[in-house]
Amino acid sequence: MTYSAKLIDHYENPRNIGSLDKSAEDVGTGLVGAPACGDVMKLQIKVGADGLIEDAKFKTFGCGSAIASSSLVTEWVKGKTIDEAETIKNTDIARHLALPPVKIHCSVLAEDAIKAAIADYRAKASKKDESREAAE
Amino acid sequence: MTAITQIRRNDQPIYLDYQATTPLDPRVLEAMMPYFTYKFGNAHSRSHSYGWEAEEGVEKARAQVAKLIGADEKEVIYTSGATESNNLAIKGVADFYKDRRNHVVTTVTEHKCVLDTCRHLEQEGFTVTYLPVQQNGLVDLDVLRAAVTDKTVVVSIMAVNNEIGVIQPLAEIGKICREKGAFFHTDAAQAAGKIPLDVEAMNIDLMSISGHKIYGPKGIGALYVRRKPRVRLAAMIHGGGQERGFRSGTLPTPLCVGLGEAAEICMKEMDAEAVRLTKLRDRMLKGLNAKLPEIYVNGDLEHRIPGNLNISFAHVEGESLMMGIKNLSVSSGSACTSASLEPSYVLRALGVEEEMAHTSLRIGLGRFTTEHEVDTAVDELVHHVTKLREMSPLWEMSQEGIDIKSIEWAAH
Repeated sequence: MTYSAKLIDHYENPRNIGSLDKSAEDVGTGLVGAPACGDVMKLQIKVGADGLIEDAKFKTFGCGSAIASSSLVTEWVKGKTIDEAETIKNTDIARHLALPPVKIHCSVLAEDAIKAAIADYRAKASKKDESREAAE
Repeated sequence: MTAITQIRRNDQPIYLDYQATTPLDPRVLEAMMPYFTYKFGNAHSRSHSYGWEAEEGVEKARAQVAKLIGADEKEVIYTSGATESNNLAIKGVADFYKDRRNHVVTTVTEHKCVLDTCRHLEQEGFTVTYLPVQQNGLVDLDVLRAAVTDKTVVVSIMAVNNEIGVIQPLAEIGKICREKGAFFHTDAAQAAGKIPLDVEAMNIDLMSISGHKIYGPKGIGALYVRRKPRVRLAAMIHGGGQERGFRSGTLPTPLCVGLGEAAEICMKEMDAEAVRLTKLRDRMLKGLNAKLPEIYVNGDLEHRIPGNLNISFAHVEGESLMMGIKNLSVSSGSACTSASLEPSYVLRALGVEEEMAHTSLRIGLGRFTTEHEVDTAVDELVHHVTKLREMSPLWEMSQEGIDIKSIEWAAH
């Protein structure tokens, strides 16, 4: 399969590989996919006090397109609010990397990963609010 | 005879996919050349020397092929390749004997061209038994014995598997078939020229051979069809009645000559080549094992051709690994490289879990593989597997002691 230069660049020089402390209150973690399907993405965001995503990290088990899609998404979400990050669409990812049709599911997975990370962050934040209210 | 040390150009990747195809041996090309040029006659022309010369070429080659498998030259017919040979053997006997027998036995790890032929026969009203294989890839002889009935016309079991290189117990299978009165067909595309084959000792009635898997040309193969006791086939291609009426059409003289020459070279060099390749394979496996934990060889390592390794690199997806090892040409059992998006059915049949099937590579070594190439391959594999594991969430979890099976994954 021939891939775009952008995709190959993200595969060869992936941005933001790594892990954040998943138990930290300001970190949201998304883990999507399944080993049996050949794709698993872990995507994490760290949200600052100003509500902006100040850091993002990923780890991906999957083909080159899956690695590139998750790498790209970590770049895109940094500096955005979580509401803005939530609007990232798989079609944008697929277009940017020029994914071939059989690899579109990789971009879908990357969108799912960012949504899952945001949902995890929100769940933690609302729990924090509840416990704060209970304490008051 | 000149020793050939390298067949590829220096700007080409290292070729480690010898089960997919092999380069034409320059000695084979040399033998073929006259038949492309001045010996261009039609081997079926009886009235002039051009025809006689061509006929001499194809008949010499037929004898060379026959000798490789312990057959008589009259029992070898030329085809376009192993796919056609498999089609002709299985459909041919099934069709010819259909009034008496209507059952076919094969295994789930056969090449697609055997499985698809069997599917076709099912549509024609035949019953097909697809035998499972054991974890090591070998057929269980008791299971086979129980499956063959007095209605079984043919048992088709490959000699060597194309993905995992395991060698089936041919002599034992042949014995069972003979006892039960069923014909034994074996797809020997991956076996011929690599391991000793003897149609007499192994009771093989039909055998498929491919030219381009044995350093011969593409577009030619052979089918061995036993004469005593005689195996009869319904032809698929009708015409001038060439090849004992089993396969009409003018023979491609240069290709036939190439197949014969390739067979003869394999026969002469088989023993030494097996020793050399076993050494290279062991070197590769040792090199990988020394630097990479959690790698697993799929299929039996003992009953295996020397030139094959099929390895699962746990927690690293096969296609992403292939993207990294740009200087190596290998193939993967991962879904992502196939049109079907399903991981290898052969590995699944061994009971290899889907997630492990996705991490597999098939590495094929052959006549032109050098020690230096093996060492380079080991270095590249170690580098990229390590790099990809560092970015694998599954590797991270396994290092943290999390059982990946304990997680509820959402299938997608």
